[in-house]
Amino acid sequence: MSKKSFRQAINEALRDEMRRDPRVILMGEDVAGGMGAAGEQDAWGGPLGVTKGLMPEFGRERVLDTPISESAFVGAAVGAAATGLRPVADLMFIDFMGVCFDQILNQAAKLRYMFGGKATVPVVIRTMFGAGFRAASQHSQGLYPVFAHIPGLKVVVPSSPYEAKGLMTQAIRDDDPVIFCEHKAMYDDQEEVPDEPYAIAFGEANVSREGEDVTIVAIGRMVKFANEVADKLEKQGISCTVIDPRTVSPLDQDTIIESVEETGRLVVVDEASPRCGMASDIAAMVAQNAFKALKAPVKMVTPPHTPVPFSPALEDIYVPGPSQIEAAVRAVME
Amino acid sequence: MELNREQLLAAYHQMRTIREFEECVHREFTGGAIPGFVHLYAGEEACAVGVCMNLSDKDYIASTHRGHGHCIAKGCDVKAMMKEIFGRKGGLCAGKGGSMHIADMSKGMMGANGIVGGGPPLICGAALTAKTLKTGGVAVAFVGDGGFNQGTTLESMNLASVWKLPVIFVLEDNGYAESTASSWSIGGEPVKRAAGFGIPGEQVDGHDFFAVYEAARKAISRTRAGEGPSFLHLKVNRYFGHFEGDATTYRRPGEVDKLRAERDCLALFRRQVEQSGLLKAQQLDAIDRETAALIDAAVVEAKAAPQPSAEDLLTDVYASY
Amino acid sequence: MAGEVTALTMPKWGLAMTEGKVVAWNVEEGAQVAAGQGIVEVETEKITNVCEAPVSGVLRKRVAGAGDTLAVGALMGVIADASVSGNEIERFIQEFRADTAGAAATEGEALRTSSVTVGGRPIRYLKMGEAGEVPVLLIHGLGGDLNNWLFNQPALAQKHTVYALDLPGHGGSTKEVGSGDVGAMTAAVIGFLDALGVERVHLVGHSLGGAIALNAALEHPRRAATVTLISPAGLGTEVNVSYIEGFIQAERRKEMKAVLGRLFANPETVSNEMINNVLKYKRLEGVTAALGTIAAAIFRDNKQALVLRDRLAEVTVPVQVIWGKQDSVIPPSQAVALPAAISVHLLSGAGHMAHLEQPQEVNKLIERLVASA
Repeated sequence: MSKKSFRQAINEALRDEMRRDPRVILMGEDVAGGMGAAGEQDAWGGPLGVTKGLMPEFGRERVLDTPISESAFVGAAVGAAATGLRPVADLMFIDFMGVCFDQILNQAAKLRYMFGGKATVPVVIRTMFGAGFRAASQHSQGLYPVFAHIPGLKVVVPSSPYEAKGLMTQAIRDDDPVIFCEHKAMYDDQEEVPDEPYAIAFGEANVSREGEDVTIVAIGRMVKFANEVADKLEKQGISCTVIDPRTVSPLDQDTIIESVEETGRLVVVDEASPRCGMASDIAAMVAQNAFKALKAPVKMVTPPHTPVPFSPALEDIYVPGPSQIEAAVRAVME
Repeated sequence: MELNREQLLAAYHQMRTIREFEECVHREFTGGAIPGFVHLYAGEEACAVGVCMNLSDKDYIASTHRGHGHCIAKGCDVKAMMKEIFGRKGGLCAGKGGSMHIADMSKGMMGANGIVGGGPPLICGAALTAKTLKTGGVAVAFVGDGGFNQGTTLESMNLASVWKLPVIFVLEDNGYAESTASSWSIGGEPVKRAAGFGIPGEQVDGHDFFAVYEAARKAISRTRAGEGPSFLHLKVNRYFGHFEGDATTYRRPGEVDKLRAERDCLALFRRQVEQSGLLKAQQLDAIDRETAALIDAAVVEAKAAPQPSAEDLLTDVYASY
Repeated sequence: MAGEVTALTMPKWGLAMTEGKVVAWNVEEGAQVAAGQGIVEVETEKITNVCEAPVSGVLRKRVAGAGDTLAVGALMGVIADASVSGNEIERFIQEFRADTAGAAATEGEALRTSSVTVGGRPIRYLKMGEAGEVPVLLIHGLGGDLNNWLFNQPALAQKHTVYALDLPGHGGSTKEVGSGDVGAMTAAVIGFLDALGVERVHLVGHSLGGAIALNAALEHPRRAATVTLISPAGLGTEVNVSYIEGFIQAERRKEMKAVLGRLFANPETVSNEMINNVLKYKRLEGVTAALGTIAAAIFRDNKQALVLRDRLAEVTVPVQVIWGKQDSVIPPSQAVALPAAISVHLLSGAGHMAHLEQPQEVNKLIERLVASA
C-alpha cells in the first residue's frame, strides 16, 4: 500500500488485468504513441500518460495504436469483445462520442438483447470528461448521463484513485459493455491504494461518511468537493451523509433512498448538464420513493445549461464547487 | 478449385432454401402474419452462398439489412430463423431481434444490422480476435451499395489495412440503396476505392455462383494466409423492393421480370451443372421439393410457436446488472 | 503534583486519525478526576471512545466544547491542582497553543506501518513506544488486522514497546496462509519475532489470535512473558460459525454492517468507516480464499478444531482471560472452570471485541498482568 495517483491507479489496474488475462488488449489513439514514427516508441502512453509503460511490457500486439478513426476502432473493440477478447478502447475525450456513437448505442449496447442473450460484449471504453482544464466546449463536457440513458451499457464514474483502480478492475472483468469516465482534472489526485488487485462491485454506492441532517449524492470529482463541504459543516453542527454512486448505471437506488429516509434532505451534485442528467434522475427517483421523508425541496447543484466555456473566468463559474454545494446544504437546512 | 458433387448439391440446396425462404416471407408478410420491416435477399443468393462456402464456423460474417440469405448461407437454423421473423419464442434471437438483427454467434453470424454500415467495424474486431488469438479465422463484412458510402465502412477499410487484419470486404451492389441508384451514389470505381486503401479486389458477376465462389476462394485464402484484407465487388440485382411494401416505382417497368428470366442465379446454376453433366435435373428437382417442404414446415412451426412472455422483455439486457 | 498543569489532548487512535470530534464531557469543570478515568467522549470516523484523564487532579478548563473538531494533539482540556491560579491556567493554554501549533499538525500525520519478511513473505506491523524491557505483542483475530488495537496500542505504548501485526491472510501481510491452521499462524508469529530479533514478549491475543498466543506460549515457552487472551479461540469447541461464514461471504455494505454488528454488545459501535475498511480488505485479491482456508483449517463440523484447554496448566508464565459478557461469537461460558492460576475477567458492556468496546478496562488488565511478571 502506498500513495498513488488516479493515473497510476488506473495504469496498475490495466497492467494487472493484462497480466492475468491474455485476452485483455488496449487500443486507441496514441495509447502507446510513436507508431510508425522514427523516434521514441511508447512516446505518449496515452494522451495524458495513463497507459504509459504498457506497450513495452505487453507489446504492440496487445497495445494497439489506432488511426484517428473512432468509429472503426471503437466498433472493432465491440466486435472483438463479442468474439472472445476483452478489449479496453480509449475514446480520448467523451465529447468524441459524436463520431462513433452508433458503435456504442446501436452495437455494443444492443447486441446481447437483439441476439436473445447469445452474445456477450465485455468491452471497456475509457474516456476523459470534465471541466476545469480550459479545454473548451468540445473537450470538457460531462456526458456520462447520455450513456446511462442507454439500456445495455454500464457507466462508471470513479471519484478517487482507490475507487478508480477497483472499478477499472471490475470493468475489465465484467461481461457487459462498460463506459469508464475519468475526470481529467483528477489524474494527479493521490491517496493510499493497495498494491494488490481488487475489484469494486458495480451498483453499490460508497458511503464516504454518515451524517444525520443532509444526504449529499455526488458524482466523480464532485465527491471530493462534497466531502470537503461536509467536513467544514460538521464543525458548524450540520452533519451530512455523502454518497458516491460509483456507477451511474447500475445506480444504487436503495442506498440513496434509505439515507434520505433518515436525513429527510437531499442535495445532488452532478457535473453534467442539468436537463436529463444524473441529478435530475436521482431527484426524480427520490421524489418517487421517499417523498414523504423529505423535509425540504431537493436541491440540484449542476453547471448551467450551457456548453463548457473556454475562458478561465467563465469556466470557473461554470463548474460546481464547494461553495455552491455548501449553499445548497444550507438552503435545505433552512 | 473444382467443387465435387456433394458441394454442388449443398450450394444449390442453400441457394434454393434462401429463395424459398424469401418468397415465403414475402407471401406471409403480404398476408399480414409478419410484423415490422423485412428486407428480402431473393435474386442475390449466389453472393452469400458463393462466399460462405469458403468459410467455417470459426470465421465470422457481418451482414446488412438484407440478412436472411447470409444467415442461411452461414448455416443458421432455418426454422429458428422463421420463428424469429415471426417474433416468437424459440426464435433464433428469442424474438428480440427480428429480421433486421437476426444472428447466431455460434455459427459466426454476427448479425444482420439495422444500421447501414454498422457491420464493418464489428468485423474488424472479429478479425482482430482471430489475429490476436491466432485462430486462423477470417471475417467477412458484407456491405450493400448504400453501406459502401458510410464513413464506418471507409474507416474500417483503412483500419483493416493498417492493422493488416484478416477481413474480406464484400460489396453486394444490387443496384439500389433504398430507391437511389448505385450508379449515381458511389463516386468512383469501388475496386479502385479499395485499392486506395491498399486493398486488392475485383468486380464479379454476382448472379454467377461459380464466379463468386472462385473470386471469394482466392480472396479468402489470400487473406487467411496473412496477406491483409481483400475486397470483392459483386454486381447483382434484388427481386423485391428495398423493404416489403416498397412499390419500387423507381425501377423500369418489367425490369425484375427481365432479370428473373435472364439473370436468375438458380437458373444459371442449373444450366451450368446440367450442361456440364455434373448434376442431373432430377437431383435438383428433389432439392426444390425438399426445400419447399422445409420452408412450409418452418412457417407452420413459426405460427404455432408461443409468443414471448412479459418476463422475456427484461432478460438478456445485461450479463449481470 | 501540586503546581503542575497537565494538558488533555486529542488522542490518536488508529493509523489514519488526523482529527477527532468532542462528543460530550463526562465531568464538569472544577470536578476532581482520577488518572485513567474516562472524562471526555471523542468520535472519530472509525468509532467513538472515551478519553481518559492522564493524571489525577481537577479538570480546570474544558478548552474544547461538545461538537468541536480538533486535530490530533490539540488541547481539549487542562487538569491541575486546585491551588493553581486561573491566570496560570490561561497562560498555560496560550503557551500550549503557541508551542504546538506546528506539532499538532505533525502528530496528525498518519502513523507508518512497517513490513518484515517472514518465510519469504511480507508481514506488516506497527510499532509504537520505546519504553520497557519486554515488548508487548498484539495478535488480532480472524478477519481483523492491527487496526483492531487502535484504543490499546497507544495507551500501552506509554510504558512499553508495543507491536501489533497483521497475521498471514490479513491486513497488509501476505495473503498466502499455508495450511491456515493455528500451528501455521503460530509459526508466522514466532518467525515475525525472530525477524525483529525480539526474544520475549507479553502476548496479547484476541479470538483466533488468542489461540495463536496460547499455542505460542505452549510451543515456545521461553518466548512468552505473560499471556492475555481476549475472547480466545482454543478453550472449547463451541463457536458461532454462522458469524464466520457471514463475514467471509458478505460483499455488500449492508450485509457487512449486519455481520459486524454481531461482534459488539452495542451494534451501533459499528461505524461507517469500520464497514468501509473491512470491505476494502475483503476486496483484495486472495483474501476470500485465505479466509476460507483458515476457516476450513480451524473449524470442523461447525466446531473449533483445536482445543488447548487441557494444556493450559502447562503454561508457567502468568495467564489471564478477558471475555465480554455479551460475546455472541465464542461463548463466555468457556472462561469457566479454568485452572485456578488463571485470572478470569468477564466484562459488562462488551461483546466479542472487548478491547474495542471496553478499552480502558482491557488496557488496565493488560498493564496489571505485565507489571506482575
